[in-house]
Amino acid sequence: MMERDIVVIGSGPAGLCAAIEAAEAGAKVLLVDENAKPGGQLFKQIHKFFGSREHSAGVRGIDIGTLLLKKAEDLNIEVWLNTEACGIFDQDKVWVVRDKSKSMTIHAKRIILATGANENVVNFPGWTLPGVMGAGAAQTMINIHRVLPGKKILMIGSGNVGVIVSYQLLQAGAEVKAVVEAAPQLGGYGVHTAKVRRAGVPFYTGHTVLEARGTDHVESAVIVQLDASWKPIAGTEFELDVDTICIAAGLTPAVELAFGAGCRSVNSPVLGGLVPWHDQRMCTSIPSIYIAGDVSGVEEASTAMEEGRMAGLSAADSLGYLEESRYKARFEAINHNLLALRSGMFGQKRRDAKEAIMAASKG
Amino acid sequence: MDNHNETEGRLKTTGAASLAELHATKEYILPDEHMKHPVAVIECIEAIPCNPCETACPVHAITVGSEITNLPVIDIETCTGCGLCVAACPGLAIYLKQKEYAKGLSFIAFPFEYVPLPEAGQVIDMVDRHGRVVCKGTVIKVATIKKFNRTAIIHATYPVEQYEQVVNMQRLARD
Repeated sequence: MMERDIVVIGSGPAGLCAAIEAAEAGAKVLLVDENAKPGGQLFKQIHKFFGSREHSAGVRGIDIGTLLLKKAEDLNIEVWLNTEACGIFDQDKVWVVRDKSKSMTIHAKRIILATGANENVVNFPGWTLPGVMGAGAAQTMINIHRVLPGKKILMIGSGNVGVIVSYQLLQAGAEVKAVVEAAPQLGGYGVHTAKVRRAGVPFYTGHTVLEARGTDHVESAVIVQLDASWKPIAGTEFELDVDTICIAAGLTPAVELAFGAGCRSVNSPVLGGLVPWHDQRMCTSIPSIYIAGDVSGVEEASTAMEEGRMAGLSAADSLGYLEESRYKARFEAINHNLLALRSGMFGQKRRDAKEAIMAASKG
Repeated sequence: MDNHNETEGRLKTTGAASLAELHATKEYILPDEHMKHPVAVIECIEAIPCNPCETACPVHAITVGSEITNLPVIDIETCTGCGLCVAACPGLAIYLKQKEYAKGLSFIAFPFEYVPLPEAGQVIDMVDRHGRVVCKGTVIKVATIKKFNRTAIIHATYPVEQYEQVVNMQRLARD
């Protein structure tokens, strides 16, 4: 059986950083991804990132992706694309299918799961009509494939994904008719909502979509106001002339491989639901399996990159690749960067949720 | 519902900060007529982890500090109006302003990430924080240097009566 020190599953921001950190420590790393191109969501992120210089703040996600790929190439990291990881057996064997045809099992001394997250769905009458899609799907269409999903958009959800994708749809030439938010307050960063608002887009808090109308595609959407218990208020319905409805209702960690392998789960509503239990080193309840990025709790690409570095460092260290002093220095630096991103009015909640996961019983 | 009422509008419901909300923060400083050159105005009123404005400033006029969720504080006496922070801000929350740039005219240099870009000399529609067109403006310069990393900085003049209201321009129609 083929053997590698570390197999990283998923080549988004977390997986790429994990592979780079581990390879820099000297580990023999194999990075696998089911997609035809590496980078995960990074190449859709055409906006400048927040954070400090250590977090590549001010650099566009797409450029961070290019830099990370170059680094992975310079380190001669082995990358298998079009490779689906289908299961983990005996805690250290990864079953993959390459190019949808070749099934094989790799013995991995350590496994790092950086599988990301999936978009949540909101269903309502008409939600299966062509033109209703995840905000992430719309972002893929405009920023990867350079195709407008439609001309008149309704965005459901005002978290950072909803407002950033609204802005990018405007940049791509679409008209965003409204951003609708069921909660009484907008979710995303004020600087994001402000740039969408000054482009003339109305925000409707305490509103939701009631139905999508149309025969073979979306022709309009009906919006309704919600009362304090989130029930539609009769008589407040109004129709919006849209051809596309984007849903940005949060993400759910892609935990199938972790739970299939037997990793203990913890429920973290703030971070997207059930996630694998993990410690500060990003090690799960199974000592040979590490996690990083959205699979460990939905946050942002910047935190995913730092968590990836932490997982790569820890996995390489557990194999004896690092001098203790070097490990400690890197651990402190990465942890410092993570804490900086998990502070302030938006970050503190995520920090508390992360600490609750780590404080939960390992089982 | 009235989603367009400036006096009732708030950042977390309308999407844009109201003037009352901005005035309640000490970080929002609008330079008055005594300032003889444009300086940076920062509309960053939520504690998010971010400090590129501070690191971009060549004269250290902007301070965030070691806690990167602190709000940026600008010293407008030190600010030279170079505009590096305008392009560095990932939130597009900074612009340069001068109240009396010419007789009856104020100056703004704002970040712009839409195509097509306007051209020098072009008359544009200036918008407030809610995207409402409040007056005409005239483009002086469109700066697109490499250091701005694909964020254009549009320099324009507009009537001094709309000094505080104007924050950007209306997008131009595509061909």
